[in-house]
Amino acid sequence: MNFDARYAAQSFKSVGTRPIRPDGVDKVTGRARYGADFNMPGQLVGCILRSPHAHAKIEKIDTSKAEKLKGVKAVITATDLPDLTNGDAAMYDILDNCMARGKALYDGHAVAAVAAIDARTARQALKLIKVRYKVLPHVTDVDEAVKPSAPLVQNDVFTAGVDPRPTKPSNIARRSQYGHGDVDAGFGKADIIVECSYRTEQTHQGYIEPHACVASVNSDGTAELWVCTQGHFVFRQHCAGLLGLDVSKLRVTSSEIGGGFGGKTHVWIEPVALALSRKAGRPVKLVMSREEVFRASGPTSATSIDVRIGARSDGTITAALATLRYSCGPYDGMWAEIGAMTAFACYDLENVRSVGQEVLVNRPKTAAYRAPSAPMAAFAVESAIDELAGKVGMDPVALRIKNAAKEGTRSSYGPVYGPIGIGPTLEAVQKHPHMNAPLGRNQGRGMACGFWFNFGGQTCTDLNIGVDGTVTLAVGTVDVGGSRASLSLVAAEELGIPYEQVKAVIADTSTLGYNDMTDGSRGTFSSSMATISAARNAIAVMKERAARMWDIPVKDVDWEDGHARARGKKHGNLPPLSVKDIAAAAPKTGGPIAGHSELVADGAGVSFATHICDVEIDPETGATKVLRYTVVQDAGKAVHPDYVEGQYQGGAAQGIGWALNEEYIYGEDGRLQNPGFLDYRIPVCSDLPMIDTQILEIPNPNHPYGVRGVGETSIVPPLAAIANAVSNAVGVRMTHIPMSPPRILAALDGKKAG
Amino acid sequence: MSAIAVSTTINGDDTEFLCQAEETLLDVLRDRLGLTGSKEGCGTGDCGACSVIVDDRLVCSCLVLGAEAEGRRIETIEGMANGEDLHPLQSKFLEHAALQCGVCTPGFLIAARDLLEKNPNPTEEEIRFGLAGNLCRCTGYDKIVRAVQDAARVMKGS
Amino acid sequence: MVAVTLWGSVAAAAGGAETIDIEAKDIRELFGKLAEQYPGLEPLVENGIAVAIDGVIYRDSWSKELPRDAEIVLLPRLAGG
Repeated sequence: MNFDARYAAQSFKSVGTRPIRPDGVDKVTGRARYGADFNMPGQLVGCILRSPHAHAKIEKIDTSKAEKLKGVKAVITATDLPDLTNGDAAMYDILDNCMARGKALYDGHAVAAVAAIDARTARQALKLIKVRYKVLPHVTDVDEAVKPSAPLVQNDVFTAGVDPRPTKPSNIARRSQYGHGDVDAGFGKADIIVECSYRTEQTHQGYIEPHACVASVNSDGTAELWVCTQGHFVFRQHCAGLLGLDVSKLRVTSSEIGGGFGGKTHVWIEPVALALSRKAGRPVKLVMSREEVFRASGPTSATSIDVRIGARSDGTITAALATLRYSCGPYDGMWAEIGAMTAFACYDLENVRSVGQEVLVNRPKTAAYRAPSAPMAAFAVESAIDELAGKVGMDPVALRIKNAAKEGTRSSYGPVYGPIGIGPTLEAVQKHPHMNAPLGRNQGRGMACGFWFNFGGQTCTDLNIGVDGTVTLAVGTVDVGGSRASLSLVAAEELGIPYEQVKAVIADTSTLGYNDMTDGSRGTFSSSMATISAARNAIAVMKERAARMWDIPVKDVDWEDGHARARGKKHGNLPPLSVKDIAAAAPKTGGPIAGHSELVADGAGVSFATHICDVEIDPETGATKVLRYTVVQDAGKAVHPDYVEGQYQGGAAQGIGWALNEEYIYGEDGRLQNPGFLDYRIPVCSDLPMIDTQILEIPNPNHPYGVRGVGETSIVPPLAAIANAVSNAVGVRMTHIPMSPPRILAALDGKKAG
Repeated sequence: MSAIAVSTTINGDDTEFLCQAEETLLDVLRDRLGLTGSKEGCGTGDCGACSVIVDDRLVCSCLVLGAEAEGRRIETIEGMANGEDLHPLQSKFLEHAALQCGVCTPGFLIAARDLLEKNPNPTEEEIRFGLAGNLCRCTGYDKIVRAVQDAARVMKGS
Repeated sequence: MVAVTLWGSVAAAAGGAETIDIEAKDIRELFGKLAEQYPGLEPLVENGIAVAIDGVIYRDSWSKELPRDAEIVLLPRLAGG
């Protein structure tokens, strides 16, 4: 059925209110079931053996002793996961990352796995597996990896996107370029040029719940998988493809998910658990330890970025250029490319070019992390913009407003913008009292902008009306942060019934059609569109039923405010029929009443945010305290404002951790030195102030309520906003993230010496 | 190796279980007693998701051995509500949207109740330091702190 | 006639071609004609590509109609968090 997704201004009854989430009581009483909270009869415990080497040829794996240990039911290696990828390079990389084939490519790369009757036996069995490695030279640093002398991570990767095709393999897997205009001519017109190189270190999404699943493969080719994931339909496709199962015979149920932030959009342990179960003939539970989470899942790219921006003396930018090198782990990615697309997206530029280089290193395969690749690019560009403002002698906000993208601007990544929120967020920041609050000694203030695309994609929902008029809404996008509450509000709004009469659940892969993942800030955007469509379809059915109950033509029935109403004078004495009335009569008027929707949600509006941050530096220790933080972001329409604010605050907090503390530290031996929450320190409660939020609502023209995605943009500005604040506080431009105490002390020492 | 027999009290109920010497209290709660409300986020006492009370003391149950529960009183998230009646902290966490994914929530609630029992009138700073042993990656802590402040107000009034 | 601009890795796959005028009524026809002219694009189109039509980014729904004189930008399909 065709669905008109265009925005229509309206006043809301439910949307925009802040009711309690439907999964709330389960979550405050400990009843909610996450990945590791589920068990199956006869279940075994799985464990994975991981490479201690950053780069090594696997010469031989001897599993015979482990197999003989009492209580061990299966031992697998890459041989048990044969290559069924049929030339699909991306799938092959996923397979190789799940279980090393021939070479271990990073410290923590899986090389074998066991399933045993209990954890103790499984751990003993791992120790009995003998792997003969031939250690190879490794490279973990992004700048080292691009040097011609660097060891090759993969012997058969030739830089793509370069003409003519190179004849020698390289750790630069791919080059991509974006932009328009004539950058050289633009720099020729500039009165002032700023130029600097920036670095950011690798961070982890840091979800509190480690990856966990229970897999059960039956001898008849059917299988079940219980798993914490951001996208159970995508996990089903990947697992079925890698194991040679029929997609529809693998039923995947998404557990409650204890955080994902992009890190649970990729399969790691799930194909391994299924392979173990297939070999053992029993269900297998596989749960990562925190150390495994750090060594072998997640992280985002480490980056090295050069930026050059030129402007006339009035502050008009004439040219902008960036080269972005992003580490991808040992496999090709598109991380630098996304960085190149987003780097200058906030600005209206006549001449712009950004070049991305995907760099292979002996670190875990880079995974998406909330607005992946955008925060690092924004750090480099927004730092340079602040430098430029200083040189031009303009207020940094005023300089940004002067150059901000607007409706009709050709974006640096290609398309021309429709109505967008960068200007309004900057103007809100300019007027915000935070910008004029006094600052003390050793304190500094910074601000920065950020951009993210937001996605739509394949979505489907079922809306079933019970015989008592209450409603079940089954959706296929995993709820990572309260979307069941938002989608219930949307269903209540469309049907004209109270929020409390809607119960939203996440359906498994066998009970609902395919849905793309909850990624790209698409969960509420896409599923609300499908929910509106499903509700409108249900209303069409209810109008027919009302017509039958009244015995009048359906064209004489209107739907208004949760009721069917008979139109026209001749039906004037018919009292309106509520959802409850129509539902009660359903068994006699044609059976169950439902609305369904299958659609591709397109037109997710791009999103912009501007953040303000105050910091205080301790000149003795180099430690930074965040004193005050304000987020201003466009939501299009905030469906449940509490959870919109929550996304703003959570993204800001992750950005603060990234900016000041978090970093993967590798030793000379290529091993990760800090795979735990003690040494990889994410922000704790006492590190942070309250995080103030201001929601702007610039309707997205391509959603009936004007909704835009809100989940990711909030992590884009913090690195830059905090770097600008710290730079202002210490009087030195900080170019290396995280700005940990040693780096700040070094900057202060350099200033004294200089 | 023979298992150890342990007699203890969990959420007011007498409980007996068998465990291996190396099993943690968290393993026992989750895998032997089906009390999966306490979560394992790290296994090293850094995240607080497994917080429980042992004889009035707030601990990470991943750092306590199951055998150490012998003769003690254990309180977990499953015992926090009184039947259908939520504890004021549980209600305020819901009202303030102090959870997103919710996996850290049981640990935060146990730690926050312990904090308010010891200090019914905490300042914002005391709340922030009192809950610094519990990691949350979703919320930025803002709404958690506000929920605890509001619960403290309600609990003083009652 | 629509004006199609290829960017980033998509342009590289087409051998560096940047703006092309093509007669196409919908995305399916557009992809078909592009693949004829630029065989290098085929694997990208096969694996999924994003299509910006007058500034709004769409996935690759075949039936999406292209307005006359629309400005089309082909972009790689992105990963999100």
